[in-house]
Amino acid sequence: MIYLDNAATTMMKPSCVVDAVTAALTTLGNASRGAHEGALNTNRLLYKTREKLAGFFGCPKSEQVIFTNNSTEALNIALTGTLRPGDHAVTTVLEHNSVLRPLYRLQRERVVDLSFVPADRRGCVDYADFERLVRPNTRAVVCTHASNLTGNLLDIRRIGEIAARRGLLFIVDASQTAGAVPIDMVDMGVSMLCFTGHKSMMGPQGTGGLLINGDIEVEPFKVGGTGVQSFLTEQPREYPTRLEAGTLNGHGIAGLSAAVDFIRQTGIDAIRAHETALARRFYEAASAVPGVVTYGDFTTWERCPVVALNIGGADSALVCDALSCDYGIATRAGAHCAPLMHRALHTEAQGAVRFSFGYFNTDADVDAAVRAVREIADRIG
Amino acid sequence: MRTRERRLIVAFYTTHDAMAFEDYCLSRGAAGRLIPLPREISAGCGLAWSAPPGDIAGLAALLRSAGIAPQHMKEMEI
Repeated sequence: MIYLDNAATTMMKPSCVVDAVTAALTTLGNASRGAHEGALNTNRLLYKTREKLAGFFGCPKSEQVIFTNNSTEALNIALTGTLRPGDHAVTTVLEHNSVLRPLYRLQRERVVDLSFVPADRRGCVDYADFERLVRPNTRAVVCTHASNLTGNLLDIRRIGEIAARRGLLFIVDASQTAGAVPIDMVDMGVSMLCFTGHKSMMGPQGTGGLLINGDIEVEPFKVGGTGVQSFLTEQPREYPTRLEAGTLNGHGIAGLSAAVDFIRQTGIDAIRAHETALARRFYEAASAVPGVVTYGDFTTWERCPVVALNIGGADSALVCDALSCDYGIATRAGAHCAPLMHRALHTEAQGAVRFSFGYFNTDADVDAAVRAVREIADRIG
Repeated sequence: MRTRERRLIVAFYTTHDAMAFEDYCLSRGAAGRLIPLPREISAGCGLAWSAPPGDIAGLAALLRSAGIAPQHMKEMEI
């Protein structure tokens, strides 16, 4: 299989991640549930990994690195834990349902009001809209760092400046960028960063986190066992315990920790350069194929290594299936959990075929994908 | 059962602080280890740092230099 669905998950993981998870499966006890070496080993792993992640993302306090199962859980905690009845939030049409559905639920259940920054036909925003949409009761700006459909990057430093100037929380969904694009929460003015471990971080599925920059009161999304203060009837108030009820995914976090080491040793700039070169090679060849329409802003390569396209009027699902069955190429068709982005691109009915490139892909993978696109376009043509 | 002995015990506000202090002590060769939080200090679960007795001022200085505020610190027989 030629795997070009890295925006969904990176299927190939560094060998050090595999080794770390394998070792963890027979060495880790349950953190904070005992003081024997098995439990303490897991506590040590969690502590060290929080420290690593805080350094990696520029989060000032490692105790405010909260482990979650994925970005979706982190976003649910961040949004549900900070938006109150009557609040207003500014978000964008680029968002994944991991942002949209928690916001829609808050709109229904807490009368949280929402405004959406629109996008043009290339999926680009006008940054002035973020400021224009702020109201007296706005509490937060919530946005993705990059569209999972087009790969367009948002300038979160610029949005962070607007949020800071207006005294707003700035909550960022870094699902598509964590591990692929450098992020510094303080420098970029990010209040809360939500990331997943299994995409560009190249860690295991079931890992991720919420990082909190500053004195922000986030109410727990879930409550339960913590291994500490057992006679309290409420969740302890101290971070990270406040937001981490239940046993953590220690085995996965061992892999995530190794993944951070891998990215640091390889160099995030080197990883990004390789992935961008692959996406560019694909875009330049595939977009020249008659009948191919691409989506996104390709006037810049300050973007994620994603190329979404359609071939003529063909159903994206059928093209995706042909790529898989006839060529052994894994891509993603359909709506990509990004309904408003598809609406802005006018691809709601057709969907789009998303090719997304990862560190372990090669030029040969790209060239095979281009040949496949060309042949399918000829057949459809 | 082990024989009871006098130890300097530090309780922490968070497990994160406990782990940070262990890491700090290990990096400086300071004696001690993490133990289950003695019930005399708190009936909740959790971890405590157990250090050799006699130098509570030295332990307090170590905590300060680590940037960690203890919840409790006392010499006791455990």
